[in-house]
Amino acid sequence: MSWLSNVVRPKLREWVGAGSRSVPDNLWEKCPACEQMIFHRELESRLRVCPHCDHHLRLGVDARLGMIFDDAAFETVALPKAPVDPLKFRDVRKYPDRLKEAQTRTGRSEALIIANGQIGALPAVAVALNFDFMGGSMGVAVGESFLAAARLAIEKDATFIVFCASGGARMQEGILSLMQMARTTIAVQLVREAGLPYLAILTDPTTGGVSASFAMLGDVTIAEPGAVIGFAGARVIEQTIRESLPAGFQKAEYLLEHGMVDLIVHRSAMREALVRLNTLLRRPRLEPIFASANEPDGEELPEVPDDGLRGERGSEAPPALHAHPQPVGEDRVVE
Amino acid sequence: MRTFLDFEKPIADLEGKIAELRHLSSTGEINIAEEISRLQVKLDASLKQVYGKLSAWQKVQVARHFDRPHSRDYLTGLIDDFVALAGDKAFAEDPAMIGGIGRFRGRTVIVIGQEKGADTEDRIRHNFGMARPEGYRKAQRLMRLADRFALPVITLVDTPGAYPGVDAEARGQAEAIARSIDICLGLGVPIVSVVIGEGGSGGAIALAAADRVMMLEHAVYSVISPEGCASILWRDGEQAKTAAQAMKMTAEDLKELGIIDRIVAEPLGGAHRAPELAVAAVGDALAEALDELAGRDADSLRQERRMKFLRMGAQQGA
Ligand SMILES: [Zn+2]
Repeated sequence: MSWLSNVVRPKLREWVGAGSRSVPDNLWEKCPACEQMIFHRELESRLRVCPHCDHHLRLGVDARLGMIFDDAAFETVALPKAPVDPLKFRDVRKYPDRLKEAQTRTGRSEALIIANGQIGALPAVAVALNFDFMGGSMGVAVGESFLAAARLAIEKDATFIVFCASGGARMQEGILSLMQMARTTIAVQLVREAGLPYLAILTDPTTGGVSASFAMLGDVTIAEPGAVIGFAGARVIEQTIRESLPAGFQKAEYLLEHGMVDLIVHRSAMREALVRLNTLLRRPRLEPIFASANEPDGEELPEVPDDGLRGERGSEAPPALHAHPQPVGEDRVVE
Repeated sequence: MRTFLDFEKPIADLEGKIAELRHLSSTGEINIAEEISRLQVKLDASLKQVYGKLSAWQKVQVARHFDRPHSRDYLTGLIDDFVALAGDKAFAEDPAMIGGIGRFRGRTVIVIGQEKGADTEDRIRHNFGMARPEGYRKAQRLMRLADRFALPVITLVDTPGAYPGVDAEARGQAEAIARSIDICLGLGVPIVSVVIGEGGSGGAIALAAADRVMMLEHAVYSVISPEGCASILWRDGEQAKTAAQAMKMTAEDLKELGIIDRIVAEPLGGAHRAPELAVAAVGDALAEALDELAGRDADSLRQERRMKFLRMGAQQGA
């Protein structure tokens, strides 16, 4: 039984249809972790979490945003205009050609999308970096859009939520891409000064200039299980130290152990975590959100197996969120 | 013994001849002095010619030159009463990031710089100027100290990049850099940065989100090393020369793109030929920048610093 509610599922199918992946419904996909074949439609319906080994495969930006907003409803915000190919850059190919190809393939103009909606009946503006678009790399347009999203959050008195998925800076924009580290940091500062929460979710992969700027500046930093998160690429490190890397190096769990992320949240529990954090931070005087019948109006949680999210006090409340992920649908230890 | 770069062949020949003649002139022959001054004129012309039109890749070589003055040379030459401060007060002292408090031309300042080290052993000790998270956290601590005592901050950027190592990742290199940028941008005191050699990527901007960013004439500043860029985009490390050109990483390029505020001229033939002149030139430029920023209140400094970075990129192209 899927943990995704029936209300959400039809919408999910729409996003998948309109999204970047053009895989027909009848295809099978191989899980990169356990190498088992998974029916494409099943994988999508589980938000691309492997039913066999729980590996979190990369997820498209639409599904990403659809899974977190109330009623899966959100409005996509147009990206601001930004200079194209400011350096007139050319490697083996012209940068504008690479851009055009990414645009055609993804149906997107740039490597991130901005969405506006509600989470836990509270306003939220979310940004999702699109790894399918030139590796989610950050150039002037991404920086400009990130700033626009932060300003929108301030204007709407909304929580600012960012899903990171990026290999780092857009090298074809040279030094201008490096400057986006400062510009996105300013965006975070503006949100902070407006007294609004900034929640950063690090998904696979979050590296380079993105990890070394806004990704690591969240008021709360959440990672998805197994996500690769780090500054330098594993290959560069291997070449530098000339030895093999420790097991699990730069994985979300490694960062948690080293105190670099606040918690790891299973994709199926991401919305719940965001609702909780958003409400706790922005409604400091409210009754517990997940205690018995005290759900805020308009709140509709993704359906979860009863054994997974029920507290032991016989109430409807799920147990506390812990730093380590507790996969829904698996046997979960309830203290 | 001076290290010569591959494009310095005619310069090396002339300098070699002059050195030989100088050695001979101690024996007292008169016409040798004349010959020396004749060669010196030729040498100056040659230096002017070669150094007047260095390619991006040649500048990379100059910026990394073994004899180029490093942060320590600037500290020694410019800062009086210097008190070096060590450690991030959390994990360790990082010799790749030096800093402290001292007097610069009549002002108490906080100085922070990446130090590459001199000879091989020293370079290893300083990890070739590649700081670990504790280095960036030390820089943050010093910047906070500056804020507390209303002291201007001077940063000297000279790094191939932040250290890519297992230990650095384990202790949060990404967070350390992000937080440094955050703190630079939030400072209520003036911060002036000079890229004195290599401005390598995130490890450089961590110290250079500043009110004034200057570069020495032959310094370079880029998002990735040309070798790294070449191996990723061209899939051929040999294309570093091409990548250096394409990335626009020279002081001239960056000035034109509005990324830096000023180019500080180097002595003829590069800073490594006359380190004390390079140090003095940087000193003059720093003094001017600090004069301009003196007396400004915290809010207007922060606002203007932000505006400066927010404008970047927006002015190019369409
Ligand atoms: Zn699997």
